[in-house]
Amino acid sequence: MDAVDGNAIGGLLIDVFGAEMTAAGSTCATCGASRPVAELVVYRRGPGTVVRCRTCGSVLMVFVTRHGVTGVDLAGLASLGEPGSALSGTRDPGQGGTNKHAQ
Amino acid sequence: METTAVRGRLTWQTAAVTSVTRETASVVTLEVNPPAWPGHRAGQHLEVRLTADDGYQAEREYSIASAPGEPLAITVERLDGGEVSPYLTEELRAGDELELRGPIGGYFVWEPGDGGPLMLLAGGSGIVPLRSILRHRHRTGSDVPARLLYSARTLPDVIYHDELSRCHGGVQVAYTLTRGQPPGWASHTGRINQALLAGVAWPAEARPLAYICGPTSFVETAAAALVGLGYPPERVKTERFGATGGH
Amino acid sequence: MSPVSRGFRHLHSAPAGQEDRVPPGQYVTDGFPVLSAGPTPHTPLERWTFSITQGGQTRKSWTWQEFQALPAETITADIHCVTRWSKLGTVWRGVSVDTLLGQVEHDAPYVMAFCDGGYTTNLPIEDITGSQAWVAFGYDGGRLESEHGGPARLLVPHLYFWKSAKWVRGLDLRDHDEPGFWETYGYHMYGDPWKQQRYAGD
Repeated sequence: MDAVDGNAIGGLLIDVFGAEMTAAGSTCATCGASRPVAELVVYRRGPGTVVRCRTCGSVLMVFVTRHGVTGVDLAGLASLGEPGSALSGTRDPGQGGTNKHAQ
Repeated sequence: METTAVRGRLTWQTAAVTSVTRETASVVTLEVNPPAWPGHRAGQHLEVRLTADDGYQAEREYSIASAPGEPLAITVERLDGGEVSPYLTEELRAGDELELRGPIGGYFVWEPGDGGPLMLLAGGSGIVPLRSILRHRHRTGSDVPARLLYSARTLPDVIYHDELSRCHGGVQVAYTLTRGQPPGWASHTGRINQALLAGVAWPAEARPLAYICGPTSFVETAAAALVGLGYPPERVKTERFGATGGH
Repeated sequence: MSPVSRGFRHLHSAPAGQEDRVPPGQYVTDGFPVLSAGPTPHTPLERWTFSITQGGQTRKSWTWQEFQALPAETITADIHCVTRWSKLGTVWRGVSVDTLLGQVEHDAPYVMAFCDGGYTTNLPIEDITGSQAWVAFGYDGGRLESEHGGPARLLVPHLYFWKSAKWVRGLDLRDHDEPGFWETYGYHMYGDPWKQQRYAGD
């Protein structure tokens, strides 16, 4: 199967974050590459939706819908969103990840 | 800075299908009339949801084919073995209902204020959001120059051919046909590559703004080619559909 | 409530008389959907190995040629994906995990299957022995295609198919049951389709 890109999960991102996120910036916690969410590599229609870094292939985000509730694990991201936005935050590469669940 | 944030949720709404127009043997355009459509930006998409009588549901994304201000329309390509596209392209009729939500997207969008010159690259049904952009450009009276290179298998596979043939006034349209050409075909053949784009694309010095849409492999090749011609990556916007050329 | 889409037909239910072959909540498909969490790996056969590992050590390893020399079986099985499709009567060719584990002395109660591309999944030893699991390299009479997990994948038909790890390269013997890839993101540690054990806590 071919991957798609972050454009394809625009609706999913609105469901989970309550905001348009495809134009938001992302930074990979493994290799430091930054690009808009729309340009990330997306594997979907599986048990969950896996979003990977286009530069190094590391897993950045994993969305799983369990019993109608969609959760997202953002452990692979060093940052997401514009600096100063409610969703931005920085994490040094190599630190342990955090599991976030949004409904 | 303009915000495209949507507060809260996108809600599903039930639209009436007002018309079904066959574009090619495997492509139809559906005009729909949702009760509470907030409007959209050129390049955005919406989500469609089908429900079977046992409650089974399937959702897919489709690029919006209409320009902002026009009746809302999507164009769908039938994929062999697809779960949703055969229904939308062969079963759905005017008068049926279609559940949808949107608009979605804040990256692969264009407004006249974004400028150009525009370099639009379409692979197969990737033409759909680019047609919305071209229609929006025309409707707003924008004079941003635009070039479209549209890669399709054969001439009968070209979607919106009549409309694209009538493009003038600052919009140049070129095709490359990859599987077969009509007799006397004088334009390009074969899959898109850097050599073809070197002759067709705006030069990098013009500081073009590129939008590439189509199957994943098409987009990767085309994007790499433009970057190879000197386009800065941040001025090359991409939307990948996946291997089969649609949703 | 969503309106029913007039005339929309989808993956069908069990063929008449075979409803007992389809776990609850599943739909039968004629196709074979390709689902993945990452790009398809392409390990050349001359570099491929299958290993039993434990505590950082390789206990036993087979090259592709050595693996092909092991006794192989033809397996016919119904398979059930947690995304709700089931496929009945699939035919595979593979080496029983009993044959592989039988060459290593151990008393580990669990394994973590590990794969090219980094995918992992956890399984109890008692669920992959006793003719319940294979390392399959053939499907439907031919070589297992890379998009379906070739050159070899794990095949554990009695559990949800995310446990049948594609591009498998080995089994790591473990003292404890630890979550693999999908289990870490909320899927069930065991995954019995007949009990609809899709998510943790089900």
